[in-house]
Amino acid sequence: MSQVLHTPPPAPAGPTPAEDDLAALAARHGLTVSGARPSLAEYVRQLWGRRHFILAFSQAKLTAQYSQAKLGQLWQVATPLLNAAVYFFIFGLLLGANRGIPSDVYVPFLVTGVFVFTFTQSSVLAGVRAISGNLGLVRALHFPRASLPISFALQQLQQLLFSMVVLVVVMLAFGSFPDPSWLLVVPALVLQFVFNTGLALIFARMGSKTPDLAQLMPFVLRTWMYASGVMFSIPAMLHDKDVPGWLADVLQWNPAAIYMDLVRFAMIDGYGSSYLPPHVWAFALGWAVLTGVAGFVYFWKSEERYGRG
Amino acid sequence: MADSTDRKVPTVVADGVDIVYRVNGTGAGRGSATAALNRILRRKQTEKASGVRRVHAVRNVSFVAYRGEAIGLIGTNGSGKSTLLKAVAGLLPVENGRIYTDGQPSLLGVNAALMSDLTGERNVHLGGLAMGMSRDEIKARYQEIVDFSGINEKGDFITLPMRTYSSGMAARLRFSIAAAKDHDVLLVDEALATGDRSFQKRSEARIRELRKHAGTVFLVSHNNKSIRDTCDRVLWLERGELRMDGPTEEVLKEYEAFTGDKAAKPKPKPKPQAAAAPKPAPAPGGAGVPLPS
Repeated sequence: MSQVLHTPPPAPAGPTPAEDDLAALAARHGLTVSGARPSLAEYVRQLWGRRHFILAFSQAKLTAQYSQAKLGQLWQVATPLLNAAVYFFIFGLLLGANRGIPSDVYVPFLVTGVFVFTFTQSSVLAGVRAISGNLGLVRALHFPRASLPISFALQQLQQLLFSMVVLVVVMLAFGSFPDPSWLLVVPALVLQFVFNTGLALIFARMGSKTPDLAQLMPFVLRTWMYASGVMFSIPAMLHDKDVPGWLADVLQWNPAAIYMDLVRFAMIDGYGSSYLPPHVWAFALGWAVLTGVAGFVYFWKSEERYGRG
Repeated sequence: MADSTDRKVPTVVADGVDIVYRVNGTGAGRGSATAALNRILRRKQTEKASGVRRVHAVRNVSFVAYRGEAIGLIGTNGSGKSTLLKAVAGLLPVENGRIYTDGQPSLLGVNAALMSDLTGERNVHLGGLAMGMSRDEIKARYQEIVDFSGINEKGDFITLPMRTYSSGMAARLRFSIAAAKDHDVLLVDEALATGDRSFQKRSEARIRELRKHAGTVFLVSHNNKSIRDTCDRVLWLERGELRMDGPTEEVLKEYEAFTGDKAAKPKPKPKPQAAAAPKPAPAPGGAGVPLPS
């Protein structure tokens, strides 16, 4: 029989245990709490199971980005090229920021800096919105939420590969030709990708709690860009200024500057190891591992809470 | 009692579930910028004072669903049906109480994963992956999905971006993708209402098929007919509270009397009588007395 109820109902046929026993009933039949956070190892396993989704989602986002434009996917290459042209016009021609760098090195130096920094910058910006901008997805389907920030970071990596095509053309045009040292670009960018993913995960969690970060982050990132020597050489700029040594160290060892310098060092002939700070690879590795692991754990800690208003 | 619980295997157990939404930026009267600043500066203060409004969407709901049951969720708009469904799926955190499930219940629907700028073809792949299907499964099911949606009946539309589809076509493709996967516990939210008449029939047949494979089905719908056709048990939610739980006919009768539904017209009887019909006495607290609607 049915009842009009306020309190938990008996099942329509056959008795059901009282409310206190519901947990016991669930336990007896091996039911698990819906939406509970899995262990870290289990989480990694689930995430690995979703690798095809992560890749497909990043590629879909990348394609969808320019699908309405007349030139279509050509913008994947044209956008970074225009970006580099603007920076060259302002900093190379108008402001003369190429102090301490030979002029045939400056253009590749600048273009590399812009592309590599943009990689980190857009990963962070995409990370901030990874959860808060995809609440529909988070509330409709079940998957490890870290798929989203990782997927966005991966999208930026693919975007960077398009930029690398432009970069190679610029290198050739300014007299840097392919040699074995170019292979160093691969470990440098892999480390940077791990670092970016960690940042994206951290900001995805923060952004899901405080969507306002999406308004704030562009300013933080722009400050970071100007401080990282995208368009000038940090040692050359600090050379004749009276700044404390620790400040110079902070500027040089900040992760964005390190990854930019490594790619420059690998590709530009006139940019030798004298431009690099000491222990540069150790720092590149350290930043990647530290940020990657910390970001992943930090994001996982909040796994069951994503999707709340 | 031990007997009957052993015979009937529970698949979903909801134990005193409360679900609360928090909405920012509803600082009434005051300029909301100042309210927001206040909110950030003084975290400790009560949520109400800081302009965060709490919407108590589901209140203290408990039920046990068993394997083989098809359960309808009914209630007027905004009564918390979809919210409860999402919590069962583990997509919305519960404020109090617990929901225990057997395996991972899945919500039937992939709308959010699809991108209108991509072709139907790519969306089939993307949607399938998003639902947790493997690449091979999708490849095997691809033709079936496209045929079921009927997208290609009027030409080669599956290779066009989804934004070029009519809303009906898009809805059909979405349903076809969503229904391509078998689930242990299947949660369906008003999915039957999409597409034209012939497609609705096909989707109802597909739901029945899914039901056969699934352990338990939950169906949210405003269409009492499809509830009658599909479900053998109904939960009636009103204002977030579980108002009634029982066999489909009994609950629907009460519900139709409550809403004054035209669906009651096959058995012509005036509404007031339906409300006054001999029924189990309303539970204490007045919850059973139909509110004027």
